[in-house]
Amino acid sequence: MPKPRAEASASGAALAERPLLRLHDLGRDFDVSRPWLNRVIEGTPRQLLRAVDGVSLEVRRGETLALVGESGCGKSTVARLIVGLYAPTRGHVEFDGLDLSAARNADEARSQRRRMQMIFQDPYASLNPRWRVRDIVAEPIRVLGLAASRERELARVGELLRQVGLSSDDGEKYPHEFSGGQRQRISIARALSGNPEFLVCDEPTSALDVSVQAQILNLMTDLQQQLGLTYLFISHNLAVVSHIAERVGVMYLGRLVEIADAEELFLRPRHPYTRLLLDAIPDLEMSGKARTPVGGEVPNPLAPPTGCAFHPRCPHANARCTAERPASIATARGMVACHAVEERRI
Amino acid sequence: MASALLEVRGLRVEFPTRRGTLVAVDDVSLSIAPGEVLGVVGESGAGKSLTGTAIIGLLEPPGRIAAGEIRLEGERIDNLPNETMRRIRGRRIGAIFQDPLTSLNPLYTVGAQLIETILTHLPMDRGAARARAVALLDEVGIPAAGSRLEHYPHQFSGGMRQRVVIALALCAEPRLIIADEPTTALDVSIQAQIIALLKRLAREHGTAVMLITHDMGVIAETANRVAVMYAGRIAEIGPVGEVIHAPRHPYTVGLMGSIPKVGKGLGKRHARLTQIEGAMPRLNAIPPGCAFNPRCPKRFARCMVDQPSAMRVGNNLAACWLYAETAR
Amino acid sequence: MAAVEGWLRRAWDHDLAWSFRRSPVTLLAAFLTLVCVGSAVFAPWIAPQNPFDSATLNLTDGFTPPAWTDGGSTKYLLGTDDQGRDILSTIMYGARISLGVGLAAVLFSAVLGVSLGLLSGYLGGRLDAFVMRVADIQLSFPAILIALLIDGVARVALPRELHDQLAVYVLVLAIGVSGWVQYARTVRGSTLVEKSKEYVQAARVIGRHPLAIMLRHVLPNVTGPVLVIATIHIATAIITEATLSFLGVGVPPTQPSLGTLVRIGNDFLISGEWWITVFPGLALVVLVLSVNLLGDWLRDALNPKLR
Repeated sequence: MPKPRAEASASGAALAERPLLRLHDLGRDFDVSRPWLNRVIEGTPRQLLRAVDGVSLEVRRGETLALVGESGCGKSTVARLIVGLYAPTRGHVEFDGLDLSAARNADEARSQRRRMQMIFQDPYASLNPRWRVRDIVAEPIRVLGLAASRERELARVGELLRQVGLSSDDGEKYPHEFSGGQRQRISIARALSGNPEFLVCDEPTSALDVSVQAQILNLMTDLQQQLGLTYLFISHNLAVVSHIAERVGVMYLGRLVEIADAEELFLRPRHPYTRLLLDAIPDLEMSGKARTPVGGEVPNPLAPPTGCAFHPRCPHANARCTAERPASIATARGMVACHAVEERRI
Repeated sequence: MASALLEVRGLRVEFPTRRGTLVAVDDVSLSIAPGEVLGVVGESGAGKSLTGTAIIGLLEPPGRIAAGEIRLEGERIDNLPNETMRRIRGRRIGAIFQDPLTSLNPLYTVGAQLIETILTHLPMDRGAARARAVALLDEVGIPAAGSRLEHYPHQFSGGMRQRVVIALALCAEPRLIIADEPTTALDVSIQAQIIALLKRLAREHGTAVMLITHDMGVIAETANRVAVMYAGRIAEIGPVGEVIHAPRHPYTVGLMGSIPKVGKGLGKRHARLTQIEGAMPRLNAIPPGCAFNPRCPKRFARCMVDQPSAMRVGNNLAACWLYAETAR
Repeated sequence: MAAVEGWLRRAWDHDLAWSFRRSPVTLLAAFLTLVCVGSAVFAPWIAPQNPFDSATLNLTDGFTPPAWTDGGSTKYLLGTDDQGRDILSTIMYGARISLGVGLAAVLFSAVLGVSLGLLSGYLGGRLDAFVMRVADIQLSFPAILIALLIDGVARVALPRELHDQLAVYVLVLAIGVSGWVQYARTVRGSTLVEKSKEYVQAARVIGRHPLAIMLRHVLPNVTGPVLVIATIHIATAIITEATLSFLGVGVPPTQPSLGTLVRIGNDFLISGEWWITVFPGLALVVLVLSVNLLGDWLRDALNPKLR
């Protein structure tokens, strides 16, 4: 689909410059062992949960990259690793060329982190119920020292509230006086008040009704255009992702299995899990196409299958899939990790 | 036309509070034939769950059925004493709720819960009940059903637990099943499996199913007819294909437009979804006339004054004054 | 003025006030508490006599029975003790001590317990493990014993002349330390819940210091149950103080609390002068009961699940 001229040259320039975010073989383990005493008495070993296992990807300036997957795939953990809520066990996060976890960069890392913000899933838990809305939105402004005076700060808060579709009087109210959609708007206003360039959005519309979701998605699209933001959009809802994302990454049990341009992923999915996911989306068009839902469920992340994590449910699995973990194969604008694709069996 | 298994007419559910009476379900009428799946769809606060709860007789006081009648196979069930209703529940009406984890008692094995339910409603001995339990687990697709009878709910995964809940609902061969958001807590690939299971069971057993959900996609896959609820009232009701592809009520039109569909926005940067301005009114702030009128792009004078009743338009019924002329 | 009026109207209309007005037991309890607290606070002005000013005492008036019995007089409504002190006045002055020590001890407990609970819950790790083990160990001793222990240590440690002067402070410390655990545990539990909520994560992403997050974000959200615990704890603290004073290791006899009065009066019970111990005892019961009932109402009113 031919893009308008201006956009084409802009994306050409974007390709040439350094990506805004880069994840290098990122990994995070959680120790979910039973308490020491229980382990000694029962003789059970330490248990490590590999929530994220070797994720590498890039996000270019100005684009929206979506990360999709079902529960337990690690996409929310990746989001938290990026913004620094967790420290990586392996690998590192690189923001605008700077390795955020390297010790000597601690101060610089902190100031770089200020260029990114996060929007959370639950509109009822993401705002402090005891704070007024204006204090909630003003917090980043105060912490970063962005306003010279109280009046400037209040003015900026009012401006932000209007920008997200609320009124500046709403600053006086408390979160419980607002609906779910309005609270998400307040969360967005808070995220924007620190003038970030990069927004990590963890399922921002999953808890909202469909009509409210449409409002919030439109708002986020408008803001991206107005402010030149870059989004990392986490979701389990492929329909939403198909609407808002330019590139999509698919995760399964902590591993990245495929990344491609949105159009490419939805029309020509390569990885068997991507195909399963696309097949499972309820068909609103009611084309009546027969679907055979693939059996099985996501395995227990504490005891992942050997080799390729998807092999127990994969219709194309062979002996190699059971033994060897697939390496990441670079494609035109992304990657895929599948032996069957590599061997050109599918 | 097959006689309806469930018939609801003019149902009204109220909650008296110290600040006045809240009407949570207002003049809802619907019917379900044997073997049919009726979807009841709406956003949060629309009253769909309460409708299901009222039908099954589990309304918590101070909520109460203030008007209307509910008939199951011709007999009224809304005005029965608790004890009679208790026997009907489970035997003739089964229920599936959203969270499979809390629907099952964690302290009893799955087999114990199934057998107890079977013995409560059907006259048979323990051995026959056990055999029936195994057959049910098998039917809902749980492998090695015989040995899994001895397992506790926490030993099943989410999707498997929901299958057990469905088996539990089917225990006593109910004529009607009310399923309230049965797939919402499940992953999308499991969702597809459960939807297929529900459809098959309805078809094979001739059970009427009332499927309550906010997810239009699930309705498209599963239901024969669908009722769209808004602020406690039914906005539109009709065959699922027509309501989804040719909606009449402006709310349904807006709703369908705001659902992102795979393929529509692909490759188009900065595409926008249709959005309905504003939000569904809270129960204590429902506007006079048509509840949707403040947000409706097609409203006119009458909409702000009179509450519309259901009007026939094509194969659907829509509660909208736009169709007053075409109504017979 | 209009703003205050508006606020008062909204407060009156609030669910909490409404549930308060609806329950006759709570209204009675509140009234009684108000009477007790009022008479304690205003004792120097409204008590018929100052029982600790020996100049005003008249030894010959000693052992006067209550006004409505034979031999009683309206000058001494509830009778007098062996030294001619008006029982009603001693109760009022005694309530001052009881309430004062009770409130101060609860304040101490609350501050100590909430701080430790907040730090434990938020920071976790070794600090949490240590504090909770100390709490567990302390809970295996009866609170009275803890208070006695601290009191005993203080007596040994402090020079004899200062005993009486510092007795009240030592008492507050003793009762305070014996009661911090329940606050700490509750606050720790609530902190753990709040810590996992997204508004705390949002504050971390914004880059706030952990101490700022604890004080400004978490603390306002975990204090709800603390109020209920504190109200009920006031009653316990008053009883504990009364018990210690009854045992003779509480407040010095120069500043008798209700407990001390019960002890003093106890000696005269056998000889028939029952009013010297019964009325202070009754006053103690009424005070503690009404505070307890208020605490019950508060706990139910603040419980969102019961509403």
